Amino acid sequence: MKVELRNVTKAFGTNRVLDDVSFEAEFAHVLALIGPSGGGKSTLLRLLAGLDRPDSGTILVDGIALERSEESLRLYRRTIGTVFQAYNLFPHLSARDNVVLPLVEVHGLSKAAAAARADDVLQRFQLIAHADKQPGLLSGGQRQRVAIARALAIEPKFLLLDEPTSALDPEMTAEVLDVIAELRTLGQPIILVTHEMGFARQSADLVAFVADGGIRECAPAGTFFSNPTTPETRKFLEKILKY
Amino acid sequence: MEFLFDRIDKPSPAWAKVVTACGLLALYSALCFWIFSSSIQNWEKVWGYRAVFFNGWMLTIGISAVALVLSTVFGVAAALARRNSFLPLRYTAIFYVETVRGVPLLFLVMFGYYGLATLLHWNDRLPVGILILSLFSGAYIAEVIRSGIESVGRSQWDSARAIGLTPAQTYRFVIFPQVLRQTLPPLAGQFASLIKDSSLLSIIGIPELTFAAQQVNSATYSTFEAYLPLGVCYLVLTLPISLWTKSLERRVSYES
Ligand SMILES: Nc1ncnc2c1ncn2[C@@H]1O[C@H](COP(=O)(O)OP(=O)(O)O)[C@@H](O)[C@H]1O
Ligand SMILES: [Mg+2]
Repeated sequence: MKVELRNVTKAFGTNRVLDDVSFEAEFAHVLALIGPSGGGKSTLLRLLAGLDRPDSGTILVDGIALERSEESLRLYRRTIGTVFQAYNLFPHLSARDNVVLPLVEVHGLSKAAAAARADDVLQRFQLIAHADKQPGLLSGGQRQRVAIARALAIEPKFLLLDEPTSALDPEMTAEVLDVIAELRTLGQPIILVTHEMGFARQSADLVAFVADGGIRECAPAGTFFSNPTTPETRKFLEKILKY
Repeated sequence: MEFLFDRIDKPSPAWAKVVTACGLLALYSALCFWIFSSSIQNWEKVWGYRAVFFNGWMLTIGISAVALVLSTVFGVAAALARRNSFLPLRYTAIFYVETVRGVPLLFLVMFGYYGLATLLHWNDRLPVGILILSLFSGAYIAEVIRSGIESVGRSQWDSARAIGLTPAQTYRFVIFPQVLRQTLPPLAGQFASLIKDSSLLSIIGIPELTFAAQQVNSATYSTFEAYLPLGVCYLVLTLPISLWTKSLERRVSYES
């Protein structure tokens, strides 16, 4: 898939988080966004998810520009899957009903068909035993996997994941990364914000470094980590790979 | 007598609580009986008016039930209007909620009935009374629901938008179910208030429970015997609601 930003600016007050960013990336499986906290990764992902609009500029996904009206952005959002860091699930609904809700209310499946599809996906993620539990009774890793299952059940064109493991302990992190790695092998395009450098290096086709108002560097994972070109990237990698 | 003290590090046993409660009830009853029995003889006379009490009681229940439904409608509408981006709608809701909450119900009843309704030649006491009570209670319910909506985190709106729900669908499937679970205890409390507040409708001549007690009082010249059942009748309605509210609160706090 292909994403393209043309002169995209997004500011919060005087804080220009994305400052006239132009960028193009074409990749088969995984695009990883990395960078310092506060650098604008989530802001960029929310623009790509159609949750926010840029102040100016154009975003193109697979060659099609995102329109600005909430109505058309909603139609766009219905074709993709987005998973945040935490609190994705609706706490008053069971895991199954969390998956069923968009299938029935947004995608027009019958209740029975939706439940069957939900159980299918939950089965694939080894979550079927927890299908009737509300999120409060699930572990953090299970919650994130249910959230990914919900995003996947609608058969999205691609997935957007914003630090899906950063609220989890190491064991649960591995459990969620396993799922993402599996999706990758199934050919599901993914744009992923992550702090897991090992995972980015292993699984990403492209890695983009987001900081200081823009995308400072974007390269295939191998090159990016072994031979970073900008000093900012080098400094960042040095800092986080120190321990 | 150590069991009469309920301390955090040394809680008193359950039987001690039951015994204390029952003992105190007997003690206070005996005390009242001893003080008042000599001067009260009119129970038979008041008993003759039991139908008046009963009708008043039923009307109080009816008024409260209808007002509960109406005030919930007003409350939800005002809460949503207050969150609306359309300024005239938002300000109307704020004006309604803040003025109504800023004046006593007694004023609303008198001004609403003798002032406004009479001016408009609308003299049906009962519907006017119910409407006034509902508008009053609706303003409080609006605030309960608004704070309930605001307590649902931003992440829930984000998730709902991310899966493509419309704002109306988001309220229906995501926000309101969570708001309901959280606001049920305060709403139940509001219902108990509604039952008590309906007593003020007696001043515009609606023959509910308080009005009935006043009538029995003036017919029998026995204030104590007429008003004691009045209090008991209200307690019979409000105490169960209050206990239910407490158990709801406990359940909600365990869940989250
Ligand atoms: N809704 C918002 N309102 C105001 N400032 C925001 C908002 N969202 C993000 N920011 C600011 O934008 C900057 C980038 O944030 P973010 O995109 O979340 O960074 P990252 O995900 O890389 O940690 C930060 O300085 C943050 O404070
Ligand atoms: Mg972020």
